[in-house]
Amino acid sequence: MSNRNLISFLRVFEKDSVIESVITPIIGLVVGLLIVAIIILLEGVNPITAYQELIFGAIGTKINLFSTLLKFIPLSFTGLAVTLAYRAGVFNIGAEGQLYIGALVATWVAIKVNLPFYLPSLLALISGMIVGGFFAFIPAYLKVEKGINEVLTTILMNYVGINIVGFSVNSFLMEKGQTAPQSPLIERSAHLPIIAKLEGIHLHIGIVLVFVIAFLMYDIFWNTTWGFEIRSVSINIEASKYGGINAKKVIMIVMFVSGAIASLAGSTEVLGVQYRLMENFMTGYGYDGITVALLGGLNPLGVLAAAFFLGALRNGAYSMQIATGIPISIIYVVQALAILSIISASALYKKFLAEN
Amino acid sequence: METLLELKGITKVFGDNVANDGVNLKIFKGEIHVLLGENGAGKTTLMNCISGLYIPDQGKIFWEGKEIQVKTPQDAAKCGIGMVHQHFMLVDNLTVLENILLSGLRKRFAFLNKKQKKREVLELMRSYGLDVDLDTQIWQLPVGLRQRVEIIKVLYNDAKLIILDEPTAVLTPYETEELFKVLKFLTAQGRSVIFITHKLEEALRIGDRISVMRRGKIVHTFSSTNVDKNLLVRLMMGEEIEEIKGKKSSKVKKDKREIILEVRDLYVKNDQGTIAVKGISLEVGKGEILGIAGVAGNGQSELVEALAGLRLAIKGNVYFKNKDITNAPPRLLRDLGIVHIPEDRHKHGMIGEFSVKENFLIGSYYRYPFSKRMRLQHEYIEKYARMQIKKYNIKVSDIRMKAKYLSGGNQQKLILARELSKFPELIIAAYPTRGLDIFATKFVHEKLLEYRDKGASIIFVSSELDELMEVSDRIIVLFKGEIAGSLSAKETDKKTLGFLMAGETLLFSERK
Repeated sequence: MSNRNLISFLRVFEKDSVIESVITPIIGLVVGLLIVAIIILLEGVNPITAYQELIFGAIGTKINLFSTLLKFIPLSFTGLAVTLAYRAGVFNIGAEGQLYIGALVATWVAIKVNLPFYLPSLLALISGMIVGGFFAFIPAYLKVEKGINEVLTTILMNYVGINIVGFSVNSFLMEKGQTAPQSPLIERSAHLPIIAKLEGIHLHIGIVLVFVIAFLMYDIFWNTTWGFEIRSVSINIEASKYGGINAKKVIMIVMFVSGAIASLAGSTEVLGVQYRLMENFMTGYGYDGITVALLGGLNPLGVLAAAFFLGALRNGAYSMQIATGIPISIIYVVQALAILSIISASALYKKFLAEN
Repeated sequence: METLLELKGITKVFGDNVANDGVNLKIFKGEIHVLLGENGAGKTTLMNCISGLYIPDQGKIFWEGKEIQVKTPQDAAKCGIGMVHQHFMLVDNLTVLENILLSGLRKRFAFLNKKQKKREVLELMRSYGLDVDLDTQIWQLPVGLRQRVEIIKVLYNDAKLIILDEPTAVLTPYETEELFKVLKFLTAQGRSVIFITHKLEEALRIGDRISVMRRGKIVHTFSSTNVDKNLLVRLMMGEEIEEIKGKKSSKVKKDKREIILEVRDLYVKNDQGTIAVKGISLEVGKGEILGIAGVAGNGQSELVEALAGLRLAIKGNVYFKNKDITNAPPRLLRDLGIVHIPEDRHKHGMIGEFSVKENFLIGSYYRYPFSKRMRLQHEYIEKYARMQIKKYNIKVSDIRMKAKYLSGGNQQKLILARELSKFPELIIAAYPTRGLDIFATKFVHEKLLEYRDKGASIIFVSSELDELMEVSDRIIVLFKGEIAGSLSAKETDKKTLGFLMAGETLLFSERK
């Protein structure tokens, strides 16, 4: 079975223009926040106060901005991974598993390899990408060669990835003399380069990587023959075969790269922020990648905007909870409402076009 | 005659384009009413207004004397208006039966008694002499049978007025005859038919009355008994058009005949997995047009797809200039100078969601000067697209517009322009004039002849015997996947071709 219908339904999110793709998540989230304001009001809290706290927590101080950016990095990676796969007509729901397995391999390499300069971290990132890519390649192979729906396989692979990490940090990768399921601390020489430091919060090089990948992806999509092949395959696989494109090859390569990008979400988090691998070290970022990709108009540059707003929302939510008692989980309501409002806006716009 | 449907002053505007301009029309009970007009005359828009897909901006619709509001297709179906669209409204991966039940107005229960429904549908089919396997999935059926499913769908809802939008565009002569029989049968039972077409002969043959549409207006309505072809054409076009002048035959002489394409004992399977092409051998010479005739579903599509690299041949060989190209991928074939104008332009020929500009890139995006070191050369591509648009007179305001918004004729021109600009040595054209109006058809013929005279070889598949005989040098007829006859286009006639298409090999062997 194929996901043609799902993919063509998701086309309502697709924005090829950069401006549209940046504005869409803003509008979506504003609508979400406006509706949630009613819930906050019912809780007996002034929504303006709550949102002031939210914004302050997100970008109010330099430290707050830094920790927002640290959330922005993995959200961008998974969002970009989902976007890339979608643009080739594949629905990658497996970013979660790919980032877990990527983090595991990166941690292992970082602990084992003893080299000067930043070589261990580079090596760790690359090995993570290869294994993460391979992890995404399996569903792609099954899809094109055996016709197995990748939505199912990528979801199932998530459990494989998460549980392999769980097993590892409880066995061979467990810190000696500890009972907690975690790896030993990674040596300083294997940490990612830090580009800015502020009272204990380190902003690692991952943020540069995010921008490089996003702009590269944007350029590839619209200015190269690869991009033309990828987008053709996603919209009309028959016509792309007619046009001389090897659709199977395109899908497998794209999924490999998608998995490699997703793995960076996990490996940069371990090598740049947490410095050790723990069981369930970053739950849900793979799935959040789907939200980010859709909010960002499935456009690499829109994804950056969406990832930033979602990161800000999450980070700000802590301050809001502390100051006003509104639980963090309200943010997930905002996210869902943002997605729904974009769907309804697109539907209304279509109806408006049809009637005029 | 009793009036079934009456339209008064129907007007529908899209942006600056007035698609229907105060249309008045009466449909009687038990008649076949032909709506004749060029592509873009507003026929389909008018019918969409009746069948509830569009809501007219102005005007009224009367059904059996009472004014009705048709806001959705369901409203129309409840009145008894059923439409068979040009692009079929079928769910590809459901069976025929499921598709029929899906559209059914008949009472639905939470539990579907498929066996009983199947009996009902079978009974209905038998009473109209329509035969389709109810358990086949739609994607496995040839176009002719898909249309039949659409007709059964409409009949299942007990439609009193059946609208057919260009129904013969996808049919072979034989299937057309069958359809006409069905339509006559339906009207004999008091049902009415609106038949949209741009083919004159058809209009004259099938219609009880003919309304000519031009630029959104009904120019005149005739009774089909007192009208002549020339007058109709003049009304349709607003001008007289010349018939295609006697074609010049191929410039290349027989004794110097150089074989460009040779097919030897080719076997190809269809989507259902049965063998559709059974040991076909043929040759195409340089500067020669080989016509392929046959009733749809006799292996033409599979043969073309195998030659174009879109379907695997299970046995046999294909040689292009003595090079074995059996089962070569499409890209290699294009690089050798073989271009393919596909049968289904929406499926293969273009990507509707892509811009017009990007559609010009299909099949050549990887070549210099369209791209250089993997980078698309936007400036050149735009220049090239504009040039082709001008050369082929494609009506498009902005090359960034999505190709799906072009009219069918302009889409076909785009494909033609794109493929012919690749300096082809062999052109495989499958039904290239399907659904086109007279002008566009003539344009396609002229282009093919022009390239033939430049030395290109052409395989020309068509269901219209007239154009096959007009354009081809030789014609082969396919029947059940085999070549039933190979004839010189000059020496043959429609009758002979018709016999061969029906599987009468006897006649052919007698001639031999």
